[in-house]
Amino acid sequence: MAYIMIFITAIFVNNIILSQFLGICPFLGVSKKLSTAIGMGLAVMFVMTLATIVTFLIYYTFLQPYNLKFMTTVTFILVIASLVQMVEIIIKKSSPVLYQSLGIFLPLITTNCAVLGIAILTIQKNYTLLAGVCYTLASAMGFTLAIVIFAGIRERLERTDIPKALRGTPIVLITAALLSMAFMGFAGISY
Amino acid sequence: MNRESINNLTRGIIRENPIFVMLLGMCPTLGVTTSAINGVGMGLATMFVLMMSNMAISAVKKLIPDIVRIPSFIVIIASFVTVLEMLMQAYVPSLYSALGIYIPLIVVNCIILGRAEAFASKNSIFQSLLDAIGMGIGFTLALTILGAVREMLGNGSLFGWSFVAENADTMLLFIMPPGAFLALASIIITVNKLRGVR
Repeated sequence: MAYIMIFITAIFVNNIILSQFLGICPFLGVSKKLSTAIGMGLAVMFVMTLATIVTFLIYYTFLQPYNLKFMTTVTFILVIASLVQMVEIIIKKSSPVLYQSLGIFLPLITTNCAVLGIAILTIQKNYTLLAGVCYTLASAMGFTLAIVIFAGIRERLERTDIPKALRGTPIVLITAALLSMAFMGFAGISY
Repeated sequence: MNRESINNLTRGIIRENPIFVMLLGMCPTLGVTTSAINGVGMGLATMFVLMMSNMAISAVKKLIPDIVRIPSFIVIIASFVTVLEMLMQAYVPSLYSALGIYIPLIVVNCIILGRAEAFASKNSIFQSLLDAIGMGIGFTLALTILGAVREMLGNGSLFGWSFVAENADTMLLFIMPPGAFLALASIIITVNKLRGVR
């Protein structure tokens, strides 16, 4: 039951983009087309889960026992950056098909603050490994859900006549605000 | 100061403002600006890291091989963020807990890596410092404006000084997540209008 609660809370109530503001850059940048948004969502889901597992193990086997907690930020960002590189090399070698659909998004993910943010939050919330993976997977699903819905709206927006002053960034931000308001409706089910 | 220095110093403040014009570093911008004071704190924290990392990267730019450039920059930036984290925890604990997760996330702020890559890795230490100060002021200014707008509309106060009756109805929406997007959208519209875009 606790795991189901973590899942629902992380996807809907505390949506990583629309209520925690992590990963806004890809949310605004890679959401012009539905297909790229889905690709980005899947790549984030894959990398984020892997990154949380690795950083979790490193934190509890090295950083905590040897009293090196202050090194968390430096260690985590290095691990995530090298992990992304490694995943890219492995996928390129083993599955060219997967590489074609996810490859271009992988370098972008290093600077995606959602990955580092969730890795740190998992530690801060004192989750066990299983609960942490659950939390990460759900957050990544929340990311995918938000970015896919947003891309769908933006595709339609392309064909509408937008007032001159709102064209470009402002209309994108206003759309995000409306989507965020819709997600606020889920706040009622958090208890 | 010669013209080039003045140009480097003022570039980030208005002409290439990192938030209103370049749209970089959106996560802390939207996440922490529930009040003006949080905006100032986040802006100054980012400015500190930006100044230190720009100077350090400019100083060691000839020692770093081109191929491991980005990882080296990230390590330098992460070290300064760790220093900042410890300083804030020691001297301004209340601000440290208000900004929360966004302090370690300064590492992945695109403004800092962007300036390191675009400016500090090509220019002298002094010019990089000027560039960092300009960009830092621009970032702080933008965050403060956004924080002030949200605090005034959502809470009826400015820098903690309340100007509405005790139990007046304020537009709470602006303190909540959707308000961040809405306030930023309206500010960008105004800035675009003033800059004469389109």
